[in-house]
Amino acid sequence: MSPDNLSALRLSLQVAVVSTALNALVGIPIAYLLARRRFWGRSLVDLLVTLPLVLPPTVVGYYLIVLLGRRGVLGAPLYELSGFTVAFTWYAAVIAATVMALPLLVRTVRAAIESVDRDLERAAYTLGRSELRTALEVTLPLARNGILAGLVLAFARALGEFGATLMLAGNIPGRTATVPLSIYTAVQTGESGEALGLVAALTALSCLVLVVANRLGARAA
Amino acid sequence: MRLIRGVAIALALVLLAAGGVGAQEITLSVAVSLKDAVEELGRGFMAARPGVTLRYNFGASGDLQKQIEAGAPIDVFLSAAQRQMDELEKQKLIVSASRRAFARNVLTVVKPADSRIDIAKPADLLEARVGRIVIGSPKTVPAGQYAEESLRALGLWERLGPKIVFSENVRQALDYVARGEVDAGFVYTTDAATRAHGVKEAFRPPDDSYRPIVYPGAVVAASKQPVIGQAFLDLLGSPQGRTVLSRFGFQPPPAGAR
Repeated sequence: MSPDNLSALRLSLQVAVVSTALNALVGIPIAYLLARRRFWGRSLVDLLVTLPLVLPPTVVGYYLIVLLGRRGVLGAPLYELSGFTVAFTWYAAVIAATVMALPLLVRTVRAAIESVDRDLERAAYTLGRSELRTALEVTLPLARNGILAGLVLAFARALGEFGATLMLAGNIPGRTATVPLSIYTAVQTGESGEALGLVAALTALSCLVLVVANRLGARAA
Repeated sequence: MRLIRGVAIALALVLLAAGGVGAQEITLSVAVSLKDAVEELGRGFMAARPGVTLRYNFGASGDLQKQIEAGAPIDVFLSAAQRQMDELEKQKLIVSASRRAFARNVLTVVKPADSRIDIAKPADLLEARVGRIVIGSPKTVPAGQYAEESLRALGLWERLGPKIVFSENVRQALDYVARGEVDAGFVYTTDAATRAHGVKEAFRPPDDSYRPIVYPGAVVAASKQPVIGQAFLDLLGSPQGRTVLSRFGFQPPPAGAR
């Protein structure tokens, strides 16, 4: 496998791992709130979190550019303050992958949390535990298999992200060319050998990830 | 039962109509830098020939070449470099007799219209204030190939390395500059003219740092409409065609080029 391809694999794994970690940090609390709490704007949060799942990746990519491009709503102040833009960096690839995979994580974790017996939580409350401690010590551990399944799905989705990544991060070998983007370039340039290698690697990885997700999902039921 | 028959007849009629009763259609794969000029010439061409429809497939010439190699149903190929046409000619995928050069272009470096960075010569690209420079991906985009050739000839390619980002075609490079995502970009002078409000020319790389940018056109060997295709190529080479091309900034091809 060529050095460009190896770097694409390394980059893809790096992006997927970081993106899944971010999704866990952001997504699990959101999933808990949607599952257990009523609050103003709840439907809106639910909608926003689900939107990247149903919108075409290029639409999400467009919004990300509007938000984070050098002249973007958030990108412009960032550039003014620090001279830094996310576009064309691997951070952009992480952001694109995170946004696209978030709905998968939130939905799976939310379902797992909703299936936890509320009596057990109430028991913890009557014993004096705060909601936060109950969540951390009772609810989430009981939803553990569902949470793991959600993380694995989010990882797989982040690994395969293409459209939004291409738009925000560009397709730069060694820096933002993840495996899906490299496959695209290899096919465009007629390098079928390179393409095949990358396709085989990503297929094997994705199958593995799905098998693990299914096992965890079955145990959660 | 009657409903099914009705639907089947309606479907058959729709498919027949879509089959283009009486319409003659040709598809042209066109280097994206030619977009505006070809669309204008095409309008005149179609107006003079009722029943003929031109369909355009714009993109980077390298991508277009690969599509033709893969058997895409294209009638005419207009490339922004001779290399892609040479490749197709070697594989006998174009009608050699129809091949001719019809235009010439010039490389320029543009920066965002509101940029306050002073870039007046190639060496200025090395300045720290110039953070990112876009060129078309040299794998598939002629403008990127010319840019790389020029930068190598000027001894800047290696030193600029980390600053360079790639785009999928020259118009995307132009867009990156116009949007301010990058500080400078290599495009054709004809492209810069289409975004006069978004970009301004910084400098033109020396003519002798890259080979002449010659645009060849040819009828694709597998075309089902070679006569119409040839007619369009003839239009490109005619005085009328040259007038339209020069209005968009293209120059006449070098003598003897094909």
